[in-house]
Amino acid sequence: MTTNDHPGHEDSADRLDRDAEAAQVRAAQVDEVPDDALLAVEGLRVSYPGKGRRAARNSVLRGVSFGVRAGETLGLVGGSGSGKTTIGRAVLGLVPVEAGAITFDGERIERAGRARRRELSRCLQVIFQDPYTSLNPSLTIGDTLSEPLLGQGYGRREARGRVAGLLDRVRLPADAAERLPREFSGGQRQRVAIARALAIDPRLIVCDEPVSALDLTTQQTVLELLLEIQEQTAVAYLFVSHDLSVIRFMSHRVAVVHQGRIVETGGAAEVTSRPRHPYTRGLMLSAPVADVAEQRERRRALERPDGADASAR
Amino acid sequence: MSAPHPAGGARRGGARRRFLRNPLGLASAIVLAAVAAAVLLAPVLSPQSPDVSHLKDAFAGPSGAHPLGFDTAGRDVLARLLYGGRNTLGGALLAVLVALALGVPSGLLAGYRGGRFDAAADWTVTLVMALPAMVVLLASRAILGPKVWVLMVVLGVLVSPGFFRLVRGIVSGVRNELYVDAAKVSGLSDTRIVARHVLIVVRAPIIIQVALVAGLAIALQAGLEFLGIGSGDTPTWGAMLNEAFKNVQRAPSLMLWPGLALGLTNAALVLFAAAVRDALDDRTAKPRSARPRSARPRSARPRSARPRSVRPRSARRRRGAPGAAPAAGTSRPDAGALLSVRDLAVSYLTAAGATEVVHGVDLDVREGEIVGLVGESGSGKTQTAFSVLGILPEGGHVSRGSVLVGGTEVVGLPERAHRALRGDVVGYVPQEPMSNLDPSFTIGAQLVEPMRHKLGISRAEARRRALDLLRTVEIADPGRTFASYPHEISGGMAQRVLIAGAISCDPRLLIADEPTTALDVMVQAEVLGLLRRLQKERGLGVLLVTHNLGVVADLCDRVAVMREGRIVEAGETERVLRDPEDPYTRRLLGAVLDHVPARAPWRPAKGPTP
Repeated sequence: MTTNDHPGHEDSADRLDRDAEAAQVRAAQVDEVPDDALLAVEGLRVSYPGKGRRAARNSVLRGVSFGVRAGETLGLVGGSGSGKTTIGRAVLGLVPVEAGAITFDGERIERAGRARRRELSRCLQVIFQDPYTSLNPSLTIGDTLSEPLLGQGYGRREARGRVAGLLDRVRLPADAAERLPREFSGGQRQRVAIARALAIDPRLIVCDEPVSALDLTTQQTVLELLLEIQEQTAVAYLFVSHDLSVIRFMSHRVAVVHQGRIVETGGAAEVTSRPRHPYTRGLMLSAPVADVAEQRERRRALERPDGADASAR
Repeated sequence: MSAPHPAGGARRGGARRRFLRNPLGLASAIVLAAVAAAVLLAPVLSPQSPDVSHLKDAFAGPSGAHPLGFDTAGRDVLARLLYGGRNTLGGALLAVLVALALGVPSGLLAGYRGGRFDAAADWTVTLVMALPAMVVLLASRAILGPKVWVLMVVLGVLVSPGFFRLVRGIVSGVRNELYVDAAKVSGLSDTRIVARHVLIVVRAPIIIQVALVAGLAIALQAGLEFLGIGSGDTPTWGAMLNEAFKNVQRAPSLMLWPGLALGLTNAALVLFAAAVRDALDDRTAKPRSARPRSARPRSARPRSARPRSVRPRSARRRRGAPGAAPAAGTSRPDAGALLSVRDLAVSYLTAAGATEVVHGVDLDVREGEIVGLVGESGSGKTQTAFSVLGILPEGGHVSRGSVLVGGTEVVGLPERAHRALRGDVVGYVPQEPMSNLDPSFTIGAQLVEPMRHKLGISRAEARRRALDLLRTVEIADPGRTFASYPHEISGGMAQRVLIAGAISCDPRLLIADEPTTALDVMVQAEVLGLLRRLQKERGLGVLLVTHNLGVVADLCDRVAVMREGRIVEAGETERVLRDPEDPYTRRLLGAVLDHVPARAPWRPAKGPTP
């Protein structure tokens, strides 16, 4: 390279910088996959076909890596459209994986076929956000709860027999089995969804915004129930939420998702109180707190000119 | 096609009851059952074989053994009617079965799996639909012979696309339901998911379609037979009509029986389908409050609330000391306030009678202040806001109390006068920005029209003002947003547009119903900041309905906490959030996770866990 090729020189320096940065990010992410992870996700990419025949595919996840250990909660937090929900759906096999590896208990599952998926559902379960649409309105609670048991080859009678125990575990009355979802409040329905997820003693539950449709007081009891179940059964949670305070309360570790990438990971206290990435800081400052003086401070910090990068998306 | 809301099991039982209570439904079901029974029992009921012909009896009138008399060839009319019905209805049944067998499984598969099969099936169906049915029927008769059964099979093939499309549309909607995802995660096989979750949803529409297609098949078959392109000498209702028509001068009564049978059966089928649809599509479901957020009117277009009884003011409860906090203030309306609500009660009419959901609420909003109305779902906070706007959902009405908006009593106000207040005295910012913009008009059109109507200004002037408004709500490229359709902008942008709309006619009071609940937390912060700025600049009074105590802390000067239709505590925001007096407020604040310590780092489990 000649010395008068100044722009080119700058380019390569830039590239070096970028490469170094990328390596750093990669290293950080590899670090975030613990050796003893129950679920390990590496370089996960997901994209949806664009509108029209020739349109480019829309990348939703652009290389996501993380790990969850048995009995651990990893919180995934991000704004709408960040891709956090897609991560959970990819783990469950509900969206096709474009590239990357998903390893569960030592086994690669990102390309698992239907039959293998059905077996995996013994270990991998889900609690969805909306307790109104995640329960079939025309099935009784008992039918809904026996569904995973039927899927695992239990007989109809045996399945119904276990329903009472499940209802008891989430503190719903035993006669709930004979009733329809519409007779229950949002919080009670979410308990049913939790009971469904627990029906076959899974090892990992994907919790996709499980409390964001609930009232404040109901939210608290549902979260406490989830914590209690984790302590009893050592189930791992992949906990997806947009609410930093819920994530902080529930998670051992937190990964912040932004535009299909994980921009920051770390312990719950560290990420939610001393965020390093400007996006995380923006998230933190944007969530209003129920205290006038403190909220005034937050808003001032958020609207400070040097805080402008905090709200950059 | 969007999937209809799947009817619940108990609701299905309710649907059966509703169907039987509908006189037309019941009558049509009875007629169909009677026709089917008569036709099935033809060998028993007929006086003789339909083909026995005695020329001496031709045109003979009714007699004891032959209640309907004889036809042109001396055959018994009743026998021919009953056996003819076997062929006519049997043929229709065959057509329906063929259509069902072809359309439903392929529709299920195409809708559930999508992909290549879906594309191929869609092509085939489009081809079949493009065929001219009558020509195909005539051609197949010429090739395959004049048999009623053959014609009906062909007809079945021709109408099967209807079933395919119907089923495919519904199923592809259900496929995306969360409970289907949950079933997949539960490890159910696809067959089981279809049987448990999908068939139940398509069942009702299929029943309706079957009734309509059966009617069509009967009519088409009778038409062909009537024209003489039928199945020769097999007795059918259409063939009977054809023979009778040839002798209509001599024996007009022969037209009567097959005509009556055809008319009655077809009318019964159509009425049956209509009654089934009505029973399943029951929209009189109670609007009450298990999910009050969904009890919202679908558009921001106001609907009238007709108060049933407004108690005289003197009868109103007197409550509260004169020095009480203003929001739960004295019983006398505050004439200086922009909004003054006293002893407001809202009731809904249900099957069980009137149910009160708001029980005597007092509330004031003065110029230049933001008052929060906070509570959980079902607390009545949205109902209170809707009463002020006069847009309570159907069945709801203000049953007591007074609401002064800018000094005007709006309880009992005629709809026209109330409409005049909306827009230029009180503006409304709804909860879900997207569903409150009409997808078929541009943003600009939706801002311009109300201004032209309310302010009586020219289109150009309204356009200029709309662009100004978009700039006011901090939209970066007003011209582009003006020309966009709602689906082309983001949720946060849509909420800005709605805020622009709410202030477009310079109201003094703004009612914001959970204005940021549907938004991303960062966008929420921006929209709240915008609301605050507009409120300061224009000296607006704002009633902010929310469930989020953080939003209250961010924006509100005063706050009223609602629970189960009552205000349990009201006062300065700072005071209420710092030391709440009411136990419920304390519980709410206790559930806020702002200051809960973060979870401790993970430790490996010590031993094997049960």
